[in-house]
Amino acid sequence: MKTKLVCIGAMLAAFAFPAAAQKKYDPGASDTEIKIGNTNPYSGPASAYGTIGKTIDAYFRMVNDQGGINGRKLTFISYDDGYSPPRTVEMARKLVEQDQVLFLFQTLGTPSNTAIHKYMNLRKVPQLHVATGATKWNDPKNFPWTMGWQPNYQTEAQIYARHILKTRPDAKIAVLYQNDDYGKDYLKGLKDGLGDKARSMIVAEASYEVSDPTVDSQIVQLQSSGANVFFNITTPKFAAQAIRKAYDIGWKPVHYLNNVSISVGSVLTPAGLDKSAGVISTAYYKDPTDAHWANDPAMKQWQAFMKKYYPEGSLINAFSVYGYTVAATLHEVLRMCGDNLTRENVMRQAASMKGWRVDTLLPGITITTSQDDFAPIQSVQLQRFNGKQWELFGEVISGN
Amino acid sequence: MRGRILFLGVLIVVACALPFLVSSYRTFQLTLVLVYAIALLGLNILTGYNGQISLGHGAFYALGAYCAAILIDKAGAPYWAVVPAAGGVCLVAGFLFGLPALRLEGLYLALATFALGVAMPQLLKYHHLEKWTGGVQGIVIAKPEAPFGIPLEADRWLYFFTLAVTLIMFVLGWNLLRGRIGRALVAIRDQHTASEAMGIHNALYKSLAFGVSAMFTGVAGALGALAVQFVAPDSFGVFLSIVFLVGIVVGGLASISGALYGALFIQFIPNIADEISKAAPWAIFGVFMIGFVYLMPTGVAGAIRLLLTRRRAQ
Repeated sequence: MKTKLVCIGAMLAAFAFPAAAQKKYDPGASDTEIKIGNTNPYSGPASAYGTIGKTIDAYFRMVNDQGGINGRKLTFISYDDGYSPPRTVEMARKLVEQDQVLFLFQTLGTPSNTAIHKYMNLRKVPQLHVATGATKWNDPKNFPWTMGWQPNYQTEAQIYARHILKTRPDAKIAVLYQNDDYGKDYLKGLKDGLGDKARSMIVAEASYEVSDPTVDSQIVQLQSSGANVFFNITTPKFAAQAIRKAYDIGWKPVHYLNNVSISVGSVLTPAGLDKSAGVISTAYYKDPTDAHWANDPAMKQWQAFMKKYYPEGSLINAFSVYGYTVAATLHEVLRMCGDNLTRENVMRQAASMKGWRVDTLLPGITITTSQDDFAPIQSVQLQRFNGKQWELFGEVISGN
Repeated sequence: MRGRILFLGVLIVVACALPFLVSSYRTFQLTLVLVYAIALLGLNILTGYNGQISLGHGAFYALGAYCAAILIDKAGAPYWAVVPAAGGVCLVAGFLFGLPALRLEGLYLALATFALGVAMPQLLKYHHLEKWTGGVQGIVIAKPEAPFGIPLEADRWLYFFTLAVTLIMFVLGWNLLRGRIGRALVAIRDQHTASEAMGIHNALYKSLAFGVSAMFTGVAGALGALAVQFVAPDSFGVFLSIVFLVGIVVGGLASISGALYGALFIQFIPNIADEISKAAPWAIFGVFMIGFVYLMPTGVAGAIRLLLTRRRAQ
């Protein structure tokens, strides 16, 4: 009997000890806690995005109420950088060196993330799921500690290119783009997507500066090229001008509008809802104003979450769906990390998601990553504006 | 006088010892304090001593930062050489801007400089300059390493480099302001007509004050770029210019040491405010500002001076 007990004890120990030995921590992780750092523009010109940081904070409070992740509570430290890159550098250094977070998550803004890109990779601290659509975040060879999340601009443009090739192989395309990295990213994606045909299909390109008052003359110029497809790569103010001007001068091309400017309130309403009818764009998560999702269980769950944990937030703000969805993605990454909470393992797990999804993403959209693919969401669904609201159509399309 | 020199000596020893007592993140923050102190000294020469209000000094700071970044990135210049170069460019730019600004007084000058501050971020995005400025994406530069194999971490090395430049700039400023030129600047501020009657070339002095002030701020901009390792148009919004003005008023107008107090204020108070309230950090910052101005109407430097005189009187 005694030997039997000893035997069982030894067996238990044999099972227990390797498990204990597998527990691995880097700064910011312990048996009870995981520290996550973030910067968000809670003040300044881009403070509308601050909602994202607040939603993520609320999500982690919910996770903690439910017992945390693998028994560890999440501590979310989020600082205001006012969308100013030098502040982001200071705050990122504070988070890494003083607060000793395990990693940074969802730092927001292309210039802000550019400012800390080198620092994070030099320090070997993950800069995970950054909140910007630039393509450069998917560069695991040169920047193995940085990863994006949302579909990047080039991927999105490639999807429009495919749709054009499929539906109108003889299209004559006119492009209007903002003359900066964002505009050029989209243009490159379109050309890559069209492949050999890019040269013959794109009949006109016009660009504008953010400081320009209008894009009216560009629209007239593009119309005169005789194009029957219009790819509109503009930020909200210019998108509204372009839609209205094209309609007013009687130009009726098939109109593709980038995802950046799909807001009904700030783009399509000023342009004129009737004038916007027929515009095609993309989406990858559920729009809280879309009546289609009124009884969707995932959106109901999101609403319940909002009411309980972020009651001062708005139930029609798409940024809160975005924040919820990206926080859920991190939740899964940390769950997969198990007891090995090293910075290296966080990156490894973030880079090994295979077809995972959360139901606030559109049906059919999944997150897949690998050691040489740091672009989690690569598929979107096309949608068309019917004069009242966006209507999804067709299948979910993947960029690569 | 002897007490003062002793005090300065102690201050320098403390400044040299500090980086070894705190983390490299704190060292980085202290470097920024020194950088801001130089910029504030520059603005103080113009606004505090000469009475010309500038709401656009962020533009000269940006110019200095971009000069440094472009010289390092495109021309491969060594980091220590770009600091005087940035100062030189800003000296010329400031002097030239000072010429037309001569016709403007008080609030009108404030508006003209405000226009400069507002325009700067957009000028930096101008696409014909993109080849050099990198457009909205800005320029990333490498952090300078300690030379001659000195066993110092990059952050600490940069701190000492900045400290050396700060000392040089403060000695320069002190030399400039304690003598004839300083008295002339103050005379122009206090009595425009009388100073002219005394034989001071008002126009020349005012333009020179603009140039020298811009040079100080440009040097600070170049050091700031080295510390942050990144420049982008969004880094130099009009808010930066206003923060500088806040810094010199809180630190003490027309006071050299005031630049240091002001720098400490603009570096650390926003962080403290952010820790007190996430929802309204700038409201807290405002409370601090009002508190300081109310309790120390002549700035921190003025309050300290007052305290010392009272003690001496007793």
